[in-house]
Amino acid sequence: MLKKRLIPVLLLQNGLLVRSEAFSIHQIIGDPIHEVGRFNEWSVDELIYLDISRDDSYDLRRDDKKLRGLTSPLTILEAVSRTCFMPLTWGGRIRSVDDMRARISRGADKVTLNSEALRNPELITEGAKVFGNQAMVVSIDARRRPDGQHEVYIAGGNTATGWTAADWAREAERRGAGEILVQSIDRDGAGDGYDLDLISSVAAATTIPVIALGGVGRYEHYVDGIRAGASAVAAANLWHFKELSDRGGKRALAKAGIDIRKV
Amino acid sequence: MGNLGSVFNAFQALGVPAEIVNTPAKLSEATGVVLPGVGAFGDGMRNLRQGGFVEVLDEEVRRKGKPFLGLCLGLQLLATTGLEHGENAGLGWIPGVVRRLTPEHAELRVPHIGWNDVRAVKAGGLYVGLGEVHSYYFVHSFALQPDDLSVVSGFVDYGGEWVASVESDNISATQFHPEKSHKSGLTLLKNWAAHAC
Repeated sequence: MLKKRLIPVLLLQNGLLVRSEAFSIHQIIGDPIHEVGRFNEWSVDELIYLDISRDDSYDLRRDDKKLRGLTSPLTILEAVSRTCFMPLTWGGRIRSVDDMRARISRGADKVTLNSEALRNPELITEGAKVFGNQAMVVSIDARRRPDGQHEVYIAGGNTATGWTAADWAREAERRGAGEILVQSIDRDGAGDGYDLDLISSVAAATTIPVIALGGVGRYEHYVDGIRAGASAVAAANLWHFKELSDRGGKRALAKAGIDIRKV
Repeated sequence: MGNLGSVFNAFQALGVPAEIVNTPAKLSEATGVVLPGVGAFGDGMRNLRQGGFVEVLDEEVRRKGKPFLGLCLGLQLLATTGLEHGENAGLGWIPGVVRRLTPEHAELRVPHIGWNDVRAVKAGGLYVGLGEVHSYYFVHSFALQPDDLSVVSGFVDYGGEWVASVESDNISATQFHPEKSHKSGLTLLKNWAAHAC
């Protein structure tokens, strides 16, 4: 049967790999080009790259090796896709069908839309018509409100939208999204597990696959995400601070009796 | 779009010389032909026809017997007929119809996206060294139903058994994406290339 998926998320900021905490602290952890081979070797089921840069200054801060000139995220994408033989999702700063085409033609299988999907929801439909629903991932960043509801934020967690995560996920599916990537802003970098209410509310509101993100600190947290209704479980920071994170994650899922791709 | 580049990258990584061609004439110089494809059946056939590829493919693959590998839509186009957005004629190399996936269980969603087990039913060929059951990456809403099941070399279970691959003489094709199926996918492409180069 169809397997549940384990997905590393790589965060790019101004051409560098970063780790993130509560959407506000970003710590540089390396050079994405240098790490491409290692990430592509991981025994995982997909890769998601999110470009969270706020401006156009891409700088690898070094010109001491052959990396010179490798300054734009699209160039990073090209380098990634040359040796990435698993599904690759690319997100960040996508505002038009042309932006999607620029990424898909460079090797992305899917693109994720976040802020722009809320500003211009028609973009989801336009993209789905050209590239298919399966290529449209709508990414939702949500914060828990005191009343227990999860509110969607855009612009890197800075702007509240008034939408609940479940309502916006349902609307995104109606408009042509093929998958939802749901991330808890509160749990980002916290390491104390997914916001399971958030995941289950979004999974219940939709019929498309849901990818859970935000909060994984131990491999067992993946199991909770799947049990809350996610079809795929993702994490970002964990991958940079634990050795053999691919095997560890898969082992925890398999041990819990979840059907995964054996590696 | 999309998987053309990925397929090319996969052959590059395997050290298999490959070229993306825009003109049918180039196919006569090739020792093997790969037809990747994502998108709708009707559009795919229209593109092949308008590009003048249909006659040349017939000549090179069916008459001259060059090794052929169809991937995803490239498998579906081998059928006589496709039922995606109306009825369209396919290449007709494998008698059969391409129909929408109708999994038996309502909770199974279409498109069928993700890694699923393929049960190989033909020894040798594409699955050499891969064992009887292996996972590959699928993204599709339609599937081939061939008139003669003996062409099928692999099945996938998704609320019923669906065709995952066909192998018949020099014609091979997979519904899944070997170029996105990590090491097992690369092994499969290597197996095919061993005959084609």
